[in-house]
Amino acid sequence: MGWEPKIVVIACNWCTYAAADLAGSLRYSYPPTAHIIRVPCSGRVEPEFIVKALINGADAVLIGGCHPGDCHYRSGNYKALRRFKLLKRVLEELGIEEERIRLEWISGSEAKKFAEVITELDAKIRELGPNPIKRGV
Amino acid sequence: MAKIGVYVCHCGENVKGAVNIQEVLDFAKTLPEVVIAKDYQFMCSDPGQNLIKEDIKEGLIDRVVVAACTPRTHEPIFRKALEEAGLNKYFYEMANIRDQDSWAHWHDKLGATEKAKRLIASAVAKVKLAEPLEDRYQEAEKSVMVIGGGIAGIFAALDLAEMGLKVYLVEKQPSIGGNMAKLDKTFPTMDCSACILTPKMVEVGVHPNIELITYAEVEDVKGYVGNFEVTIRKKARYVDWEKCTGCGHCMTICPSKAPNEFNLGLNDRTAIYIEFPQAVPKKAVIDTDNCLYFKTLRKTGKVACKICEKGIPSKNIAGCPAEAIKFEDKDEFLTVKVGAVILATGFKVMEKHHFKEYSPNSPDVLTALEFERLISATGPTEGELRRPSDGKKPKSVAFISCVGSRDERFHTYCSKVCCMYMFKHAKILKEKYPDIDLYLFFIDVRTAGKDFEEFYVSTKQLGAKVIRGGRVSAVDIKPNGKLRIRAFDNDLCSPVEVDVDLVVLATAIEPGIDTEKLGRFFGASCGREGFLREVHTKLYPVDTASRGVFICGCVQGPKDIPESVSQAKAAAASAAATVMPGKIKFEAISAEVIRNKCSSCGVCVNLCPYNAIVLEEYQGIYKAKVEPALCGGCGTCASACPSKAIIFHGFTTEQILAQIEALTTY
Repeated sequence: MGWEPKIVVIACNWCTYAAADLAGSLRYSYPPTAHIIRVPCSGRVEPEFIVKALINGADAVLIGGCHPGDCHYRSGNYKALRRFKLLKRVLEELGIEEERIRLEWISGSEAKKFAEVITELDAKIRELGPNPIKRGV
Repeated sequence: MAKIGVYVCHCGENVKGAVNIQEVLDFAKTLPEVVIAKDYQFMCSDPGQNLIKEDIKEGLIDRVVVAACTPRTHEPIFRKALEEAGLNKYFYEMANIRDQDSWAHWHDKLGATEKAKRLIASAVAKVKLAEPLEDRYQEAEKSVMVIGGGIAGIFAALDLAEMGLKVYLVEKQPSIGGNMAKLDKTFPTMDCSACILTPKMVEVGVHPNIELITYAEVEDVKGYVGNFEVTIRKKARYVDWEKCTGCGHCMTICPSKAPNEFNLGLNDRTAIYIEFPQAVPKKAVIDTDNCLYFKTLRKTGKVACKICEKGIPSKNIAGCPAEAIKFEDKDEFLTVKVGAVILATGFKVMEKHHFKEYSPNSPDVLTALEFERLISATGPTEGELRRPSDGKKPKSVAFISCVGSRDERFHTYCSKVCCMYMFKHAKILKEKYPDIDLYLFFIDVRTAGKDFEEFYVSTKQLGAKVIRGGRVSAVDIKPNGKLRIRAFDNDLCSPVEVDVDLVVLATAIEPGIDTEKLGRFFGASCGREGFLREVHTKLYPVDTASRGVFICGCVQGPKDIPESVSQAKAAAASAAATVMPGKIKFEAISAEVIRNKCSSCGVCVNLCPYNAIVLEEYQGIYKAKVEPALCGGCGTCASACPSKAIIFHGFTTEQILAQIEALTTY
C-alpha cells in the first residue's frame, strides 16, 4: 500500500464528535484516514496539539467545534477560533500549506457536513502530497 | 507499569462486518503495557462486562480500553463495571470503532481495520496516563424556585410542593394565572378556562409548601446547581398586603383611570386595582404612573388625592376599611437559596400594528387575545359580543390565521395553537349566535392533537366557513364601516372578497419581553426565535444548558395548555430529581490549578466562561483558584495557561499529546 494521508481530528464532544457518530449511524461514508481525538470543547485545543501533530507527520489537522453561539460551554469555541487564527498565521510563515489545518463548526446534527469536510480534506491532502515536515525528514 | 486490558466488541455484525477482529487483537497485544486483548460478541452485555470485571478482580489488569461503539452512550456503562470490580472508573477509555469506523467505512474493510488499530492505540496511549479521579458531591438546598405563575408555573409549583419540597413561586404581575386566566374557554373540551384554572390558583395560594411572591422580579442570581442565590425585587405595592382584604372598595372610589391590561386595554381600570376578580392573591396595588397622588406629587410636590385612603368625608364616602393604603411603600429585596430553578415565564402575543395591510388602526380589527376578552364572561362586555367601534352586535366575523407566524418577514415558526383557537372562537360564537356568519381564513388547517380533528369537523358542521388559500392579502375599511377581506380560495381557485363587521387576527405567539434577560441571569440560552432553548429536543426537553435550570410552557416555544402542563410536570420531576437527594454530583472532569506553577497572570480568570476562577491570596501571592462546583469542564483555561499550571483532569495535555503521538505513529 502506498502513501495514505493521515488526518488528526480534534473534536468537541457535543457537536463535531456527535456529528461523526451520527454520520456513522446514517452510514455516510468518508475516507478512513481521519481519526478523532475527543475533547470536551474546542476551547480545550492547545495550539501545541496542532503543532505536535504536524511535527509528528500528520498530513492535516482538523479542529471541530460547535457553531458560534452554540457552545455547550458558552464560549469555548470563540477562544478556539482566536487561537486557531493566530497559529495558522505562524504555520503559514513556516511553510505549512494553509489547507493542512482547518477549523470547522459542525453541529451534532450535521453528519453530512462532517462526512463532506473529511472527504474534501482527504482529497485536498492527496493533491498536496505528504506533510512537508515528514518529507524533509 | 500499567496493565492495560483491551476488549474488542463485535457488536454482532456491526463492527465485525467491516473490521478484521483477529488482526486488531494481534495488533493490540503489541502495544506497550497492554497485557490482555480479548474480543466478545457484545461487550456491553452482562457476560461481556463480566470479562472485564473478572480480569480486574484477578489483578490481571488495572486499566481498561473497550473498542466498541461511542463513549457518548456507552462510557457510563463500562465505567460502572470498573467501579463494581473495585477499580477507579476513570481508568477507562473507549475506542470508537463502530460509529466512527466500521459503520462509516463499511465498504473499505482494509481501511476500517487500519483505522480501528490506530483508534485503539490512541485510547491505550491515553488510558496509560489516566489518573484516579473522584466525583465530588456538594450539599444541595432542598428547595426550588419557579419563575412565572401561569398554568405551567402553577403546575410545576404544585407538583414540587406535593413532593414535600419548599417552593418559591415568583410572578411579575400582582396575581398568578398568566395568559390562561384571560381565556374564555379552552379547546377541545370547551371547559371554561377560569373554572379549571382558578381552583389551581387557590391551591397554590394556600399550599403550606409554596411561598407565593407576586408583583416581583428577579434582580440578581448567584451560585450554581444545588446552591442558587436568587435576589428578588418585590415591587412597591403602596398597599399593605397584610391588611388588604381584597374587598375592592378602593376601586369604586379611585378617580384615576388607566387602560386595563387584563382586558388588553379594551376598557379602563382604576389606578388602584386588583388585577382581576379571581386574582390570587386577591390584593390591590397602586399603579403610580396613573395615580393622581403620585402624578401630582412628582409634578408639584403637593398631595392632590388620597381618596383611597381617606375617602371623601364631605360626601360621606369612607376610605379603605382595612387601612391598608401605604403611600410610603418601597421596593423590597429578598434573597432566597434554592437548589434548582424552573423558568416558566410564558409568552406574549404579537401586536397588530405590525400588519399595516390588515388595517390595524380600526378598533374592529382585534388580536385573538383581545377577542378572547371580548367574548369572556369576565371581560369588558361581560361576554356579550359587541363591536368596539359602535357597540353593535356584528353580523359577520372573519378570522385570519398565521398573522406573523409562518411568515419570513416576522416568524418562520408555526404558533401551533391558532388553528384550534380559531375553531374554538367559531364554536363559541355559533353556539351563542347561530345566525352569525363566520369566515375562517387559513394558509392550511393544522389539527394534530388528541380530539383536535373531530373538533374541527364539528365546528365546520355548525356552519363556520373555512377558506384555505394562502395568506389573506388585505383588510380594507369601507366607507360604510364594513371591513373588506381580500383573499384567495383554493377550492374555488379564485380570489374572494368578503365584507364583515369584525376581524380577528391570530397573531403569532412570541417570547415574553424579558425572556432573554431572564435566561442570561440563569445561564439558559435562547434559540433563534428568542424562546429559551432545551438542551436536547428529545432526550432533555425541559433542561437548559445551565445545570439545575429547567424550562416549561411557552417560554420554551408555542404550545397549548395540555402540553404546557405536561412539560411543567416534567420540569418539576427533573428539578425534584436534582435536589431531592440533598447532594449534587459534580464530575471529576474539571480544571485544577497547581499553585506552585501559577505565575499569577490571571489570563484564565477572564477566559473562564463560568467565572469559576478567582485570584486568591496564597502564601502572600495571588494565585488562580478554580471553584470546582462552578467549573463547567470545558478546559479552556488549561489550554490558555502560559505556565501550564492548570491540569484539566480527564483530558490532560499529556494524555492528548500521547494520543496524537499514537495516531501519527501507527
